[in-house]
Amino acid sequence: MTEARNYTAAEILPILSARQLRDGMVVFAGVGTPLLAATLAQRLNCPRLTILFEGGVVGAFVEPGKLPPSTNDQRCTRRANMVLGSSDVLLLLQRGYVDMGFMGGAQIDQFGNLNSSFIGDPAAPKTRLPGTGGGNDISSLTNMIVAMKHEKRRFVEHVDFITSPGFIRGGTSRRDSGLPAGGMFRVITELAIFGFDETTRRMKVLALNPGVSREEVQDNTGFTLDFDDETAITEPPTETELQVLRELDSERLFIA
Amino acid sequence: MLEAQVEPYDRLREKMAARDRSLREKVMSLEEAGSFVQDGMKVGIGGSTMSRTPMAMIWQLIRQRRKNLSCSRAIVSTDGDLLFGSGASDHIIASWFAQGILWGLSKVLRHHVENEGKNYEEWSHMGVGMRFRAGGMGVPFLPMRAMLGSDVLGQRPEAKEIDCPFTGERILLVPALNPDVALIHVQRCDAYGNAQIDGLQFMDIDLALAADRVILTTERIVSNDQIRRAPDQTKIPFFCVDAVVEVPYGSAPHECYGLYEPMMKHMEAYVKQVNAAPVEGMRAYLDKYFHEPKSWNDYLALIGMEELLEASQRGRSIYND
Repeated sequence: MTEARNYTAAEILPILSARQLRDGMVVFAGVGTPLLAATLAQRLNCPRLTILFEGGVVGAFVEPGKLPPSTNDQRCTRRANMVLGSSDVLLLLQRGYVDMGFMGGAQIDQFGNLNSSFIGDPAAPKTRLPGTGGGNDISSLTNMIVAMKHEKRRFVEHVDFITSPGFIRGGTSRRDSGLPAGGMFRVITELAIFGFDETTRRMKVLALNPGVSREEVQDNTGFTLDFDDETAITEPPTETELQVLRELDSERLFIA
Repeated sequence: MLEAQVEPYDRLREKMAARDRSLREKVMSLEEAGSFVQDGMKVGIGGSTMSRTPMAMIWQLIRQRRKNLSCSRAIVSTDGDLLFGSGASDHIIASWFAQGILWGLSKVLRHHVENEGKNYEEWSHMGVGMRFRAGGMGVPFLPMRAMLGSDVLGQRPEAKEIDCPFTGERILLVPALNPDVALIHVQRCDAYGNAQIDGLQFMDIDLALAADRVILTTERIVSNDQIRRAPDQTKIPFFCVDAVVEVPYGSAPHECYGLYEPMMKHMEAYVKQVNAAPVEGMRAYLDKYFHEPKSWNDYLALIGMEELLEASQRGRSIYND
């Protein structure tokens, strides 16, 4: 590493995630890093970003220092355009109004499937996790960005349980399962940015985070990764990005 | 429970016809309303996560030592813990189950599912919603496009994949859910049960329409004239409602939109205690906060004046711009 980092792993996730969003998009965001990243993008270069929350919020504009503890709390509605029933806001995904879904992940596999339900055999689970929430609906019905911690036990060849579908078993298996729309677009970690091959639908490295080597990414991944020949190096977080992020989460709920 | 119990339409209509839907006053105590819920019933719970949880009614059912309730809710927070931990419920239908994303996994959920064989029946959030909606519409199922291809669906033989008769596309049918009784907490209603909800309504309207009986708890009972001044704010009509109970701070320690935010010190102390000891910690919590207080007001006093005031200040700030 050539220079000292002035940011943490928990800070680079929302910053790199925010860079993936484009002004004018309609984004369905989960709580935590996704909410933070969408709000950050809205404050930095996407003032026309429309944020939806599964609690029933359309056009959220979350207040700095008052991040909601879930996507079902009153803080989510602050200065929003509209509140709806939660089924109705989820149905906007099904009709196709949402450009991008955005959530965190506990365990992901080579085809971008996410597990947040069980560790071990579901019939006799080693660990019962919280479950899907809106994750399955979002990942079934639109394009997805996932922001998560990069650990070998979280990046596995096959997830124990597909809670939120990525490309299922790769190839055309997602479409064949009855999910013709959407799919995994990007995975963002503190080590790299990942995309998915157009044909095989396997995860591949698009860009390395500053100061991170190919070996470091591969060593922390439980399956063999493909690298583009000219794997890019991501620009480090700017002072402005860090400053706005720290103002948003001044209570350090999610970037501690 | 392998197959969902979808009510035949005749049965649904018979039960509705037998219900007293007249315009009458329904104000009663928590204890009286609690008698509407019998062991083994299907109980739908309004609100979501830490918001507009009908906590006072859940508190009452646990005090009455109800058992084998099959509970359903969009997303459960500590209410799910309390229903499993008290023995009131052994089956919870929901899309997400933990105390809150700030606190990681619920050790209470883990203990009861991993060691005690209790059933957390997981559907996608939209799946729960479409089940209540089908119930409220008086149809046996609704089609939807999520859950397909996932292992969530693999666990749910109650849902049926079909080829659409119009397009030939793969589609999922989810069965109607008509709870025996729904528990819903609102900001205000009149004595007849015309209920006004501020802010996020979650699945409460569908739930109220779907259930065979509705127990409404409310922060405040207002006059029917007051309701008629803003009929657009009325989300649940009186004829869906069977009991009205006035319970100030009826969602504590969760939030009620525009009135109070979650009582975070209490929540954090609770999470610490029950996650450190899912059985003993829960028992001590239930004894202290559920069984020993003489009344709901005593329970609020235990949470403490300072917490209630802080939560109220934050709650009301939503209207300050």
